[in-house]
This record gives sequence, C-alpha cells and structure tokens, in this order.
Amino acid sequence: MSSHYEAPIRKPLVLGNKTYHDVTVDVAKPVEGRANKQWWIVFSIALAAFLWGLGCMIYTISTGIGTWGLNKTVGWAWDITNFVWWVGIGHAGTLISAVLLLFRQKWRMAINRSAEAMTIFSVIQAALFPLIHMGRPWLGYWVFPIPNQFGSLWVNFNSPLLWDVFAISTYLSVSLVFWWTGLLPDFAMLRDRAVTPFTKKIYSIVSFGWSGRAKDWQRFEEVSLVLAGLATPLVLSVHTIVSFDFATSVIPGWHTTILPPYFVAGAIFSGFAMVNTLLLIMRKVSNLEEYITIQHIELMNIVIMITGSIVGVAYITELFIAWYSGVEYEQYAFLNRATGPYWWAYWLMMTCNVISPQVMWSKKIRTSLWWSFVISIVVNVGMWFERFVIIVTSLHRDYLPSSWVKFSPTFVDAGIYVGTIGFFFVLFLLYSRSFPVIAQAEVKTILKTSGDNYKRERENADHNHSHNH
Amino acid sequence: MSHKVIHALYNDDDILLDAVKKTKAAKHDIAEIYTPFPVHGLDKAMGLKDTRIAIASFIYGVIGFSIAATMLNYIMIVDWPQDIGGKPSFAFYQNMPAFVPVMFEMTVFFAAHLMVITFYFRSKLYPFKKAENPDVRTTDDHFLMEIEVNNNESELVSFLQNTGAVEVKVIDKQ
Repeated sequence: MSSHYEAPIRKPLVLGNKTYHDVTVDVAKPVEGRANKQWWIVFSIALAAFLWGLGCMIYTISTGIGTWGLNKTVGWAWDITNFVWWVGIGHAGTLISAVLLLFRQKWRMAINRSAEAMTIFSVIQAALFPLIHMGRPWLGYWVFPIPNQFGSLWVNFNSPLLWDVFAISTYLSVSLVFWWTGLLPDFAMLRDRAVTPFTKKIYSIVSFGWSGRAKDWQRFEEVSLVLAGLATPLVLSVHTIVSFDFATSVIPGWHTTILPPYFVAGAIFSGFAMVNTLLLIMRKVSNLEEYITIQHIELMNIVIMITGSIVGVAYITELFIAWYSGVEYEQYAFLNRATGPYWWAYWLMMTCNVISPQVMWSKKIRTSLWWSFVISIVVNVGMWFERFVIIVTSLHRDYLPSSWVKFSPTFVDAGIYVGTIGFFFVLFLLYSRSFPVIAQAEVKTILKTSGDNYKRERENADHNHSHNH
Repeated sequence: MSHKVIHALYNDDDILLDAVKKTKAAKHDIAEIYTPFPVHGLDKAMGLKDTRIAIASFIYGVIGFSIAATMLNYIMIVDWPQDIGGKPSFAFYQNMPAFVPVMFEMTVFFAAHLMVITFYFRSKLYPFKKAENPDVRTTDDHFLMEIEVNNNESELVSFLQNTGAVEVKVIDKQ
C-alpha cells in the first residue's frame, strides 16, 4: 500500500467507497441503460435547431452570401465570430487532457474524456463556417496545396488564412486520435460487458481488439505522454494562428501584437466555461457526482477566474497601448468600441468576461453548483461578444466616413449559429449515451491513491501506528 | 502444436505485482499479463524492455519538418515566386518567418499520426480485430497472468495459489 501514498491534505477525487468493479459499473451504466424522457426532450430540441441551421446553410449556399447581413464595409461578421468562438471552446479539451497530464494533475481524469469530446465536436462546428463562407463548399479542397488548373499557381503560404487550414486540420485530427486511443481500453470494457450480440459487435469494432497486454499498456502510456507533449504546443499554436487572421492585417483594432496570448487565454477561459456547463448537467443526469466532484468544479472555476483575469488585463493593455501608440486611427478604434454605437456589446463583454469571474474569489460561490452553472453561461455569452466586438467594431467605421455603417444580422446569420449549437448538442448527447464518458481505466489507476475509502484506511493506519509509539 | 498454459487470475494490482516478482524469482515463464488498467511498475517487474515509440515519434517529427520545408521552398520560392504586398518571396531565408506556422503544424502532424499508427501496428490494433484477452473480467477488475507449463503443472498450480490468485486454471492452448 505504501506505493499508493498521497498527502492527506489532498482531498479525495473519487467518493463513495468505490472498488474497481464499482468504477466499471458506474461508467457503463449510462451506456447500458435506456435514455430517459429528459434526454429525448433535449435531443429533440437540439435536433430541431440543427435541422433549422442546416436549412439556413442550404439557403446560403444555393442563394449566396447575400442572404447574410454583411455589407460593403462589414465583410466579416457572425461567421468569423462563430468560427473563433467555437475554436476557442475547443481548446479546453486538449488543455485538460494534455497540459494537465504533463503537470500530473490527477483531477483531470474524471473530466478529460468529455472535455476532449467537446473539443472535437466544437472544432467541427468551427470548421463549418469557413466552408460555408466559401460559397462553393464543394471546392473546399482548393485550400490544400495542389496546383490549380491554370498551371502551377499554388495557395499562398504567406496568408494566415492558409496557416489556419493547417492549424485547424492538424488540431482536429490529432485531438481525434488522442481521444480515440484513450477510448480503446474503455470501449473494450463495454465490449466485454455487452449482453446483446449487436452491442458486442459495435464495441468490438471500435475497441480495435484491445486486449490489455502489459506491453500494450506500456506503449499506451508512452504514446499518451508523447501525444500530450505534442498537443500542448499545438493547442497554443491553434489560437495563436487564429489571432494572426486579425493581427497580421492593417486594420486598426486588429493590428496588435498582444492578440496571440490574449486569444489563447480567452480560448482556455471559454473552453473551461463550456466544460463546466456540460459537466454540471452530465454529472447529475448520468449519476457521476462521485467522480466529477465539487472539488473538480471548484478547480475548473479557479482556472476560469485566472484566465478571465488574464483576459481582463489584455483588454486594459489594449486600451493603454492604443492611447500610448499615438496613432489616431488606433485610438479612435478603441474609443469607438467603448463609446460608439456598439458600446453595449463592449460593456457586456467587459461585464461577462472580466467582472463576473471575479465572484469566484469566494469559496462559497465557486463551490456552489448553481453559481458555477450561471457563471459558465455568462462567460460563454461574454466570449461570443468579445469576438463580435473585435470583428464588427473594428470594421464598421473604416477610413472613409461616407462608408460608415452598422451591421445587422439576418435570420440566416442567426439560424446558422443556432444550428451549430444544435449540431454540437446532438453530437454531445449521442456521445453521452454511447461512449464511456469517464476514462475509467485511468480513474482505476488513481483509485488507491485518491479514493476516499483508501485514503481513510491509510490515515487510520497511520493514526494507530503513531499511538503505538 | 498444442501446449499447456496456466491462467492465474488476481483481483488486486498490488497482489499481482508481488505475484509477478515471486514468479520471476522462481524462474517460471510469464507468457503474458492482461490488466484492466496500466499497473505501475509491471513492465519493470516482468522484465519488459522499454518502448522506443517516443524515439520513433521524434524521427517522424523530423521527417514532417523536412517535408514541410521542402514543400514550402518548392511552392513559394522555386516554382512560382511572387511579390505579395511588397514582400517578395525570392529567397527561403527571407520568406522563412511566414513558413514557421505551417512547418510547426506539419511537424506535429507527422510526429503524432505516424506514432499512433506505429503503436496500432505494433500492438495489432485495428477495426475488426478480434480481442485476445482470455477472460472478459480482465477489462473490469481482474488481472490475468499466463504462465507456460513445462511438465510442472501441479507444482505451478500450488505455487500460483500461494501467490494470492483467486482462480488458477490449466488451459490447452492451440
């Protein structure tokens, strides 16, 4: 038992006196049971939203981008806002599974599976927007370096939009194999418990014949570690490159060197908020409160508070640098953001992203499920407005006052956005009913160090031991 | 050729680890061990060699980087050099800063994917592969040690029972 020692000051991560078999049963239960009424209601709403969005996408592609609210001055609005918002949300999964693995944070194990699922599903939503905006999505493969039909004219590797293609596709595919490799032992567990031949067949295919040999586990652990090491700079590079879409331009309000770290902090911030939104519901619905404990929620809230503060510092730095630069265009861009026609969006962003997470300094609030849920929604609203503010307020008043306009979205803009939210939840709800939502093999490795029954036993043993002296 | 093996099942990782050490000390042949999760120190106790998959990944990364640099040089410098926004691309070193993101992404892409493919290939993991764990409980809470029998069946059975196995079975393996 001595090898499983953990300092008593660390709170248990698995509650409810679990044995290895209990972990198996608890993780398999949501998959093996039947969906309840609430699941069907939420799924139907999500599916309806998705179908509505799909209709709007088809309308856009068949009629043209003119169905959106874009105009001559504001040529980029909700599409890129949604793209950046979804990519940002997609950052938390890799951060939790890769960065926290490198830092040996054991609390990641209860939440990494769902966070990675969320990452993949939200990057899929993000990838939809550039594809739709192309107008002719069937020519989407033109973004890859293939010489076109006029000879050998290639894609432009000096363009940050092309860097995005490489960053997003690498990120999506690497996250997917990272996730799937981690899933193999857990799919194997479901396969070996399956009672009907159909489920047995399905889980047998998706588990790739995982047998749990000692050598397989040795490689598995090494592969996870190296993937984490690769995914960590990758996740930081993705939002850095997304910020280059703006930072390498000459538009006042976009042309700032602070954008990469500011975007990365914002991405982690919004991603953790979305993880909290999803897990607060999932732990309840799937009876996983003993694995995703209040302590997990509290730690997530602390990350939200810290990254929210970093984002706040970035906002203020941006204002200061705009003034300090002495460039009047830059100064006006920021003055216009805060006091122009979109002042309400700017102050909504400030309130949601900078002020609201500060309530997490109170232990009572950051350990309260309701507060956590409300703040997680507020943060995601705020982060959507952050992107809207950066994009639309920087564009709507350009160098020529005669072309100053306001942007107003059409129902198609809104429909596509709502549709991606629907699509995201459709995928996540299907996932929560058919995938092992907790990395049960990993949780079993920490059960003896961090399970409440094992910790208690060890402390009692220590206590008796000291009495004998 | 059929030969006999013994399957000893354990229900605790610490007991398994002790049993492995004892079995090694008694110079019995451990053919395989199936566990529901990675047991810390098991590979060392069994005497497995370290995996070289991280080295492979490094090499794949170097290959990815080289392919990216070659591709960018050919496309942007050799095949069709252009003056984009007053920033001509007539030499690799001049244009290199703009190539960093793509070179980085392709390094990661190659290192990650080829490593995972190597892992799947070496451990024979692929869709429609039939699982080979002899007992379904080894993905739940049981640990199975497979030991080769060399005309010492009864001795081995009693030896394994003394190591804390919850079940010891003699199996005819094809």
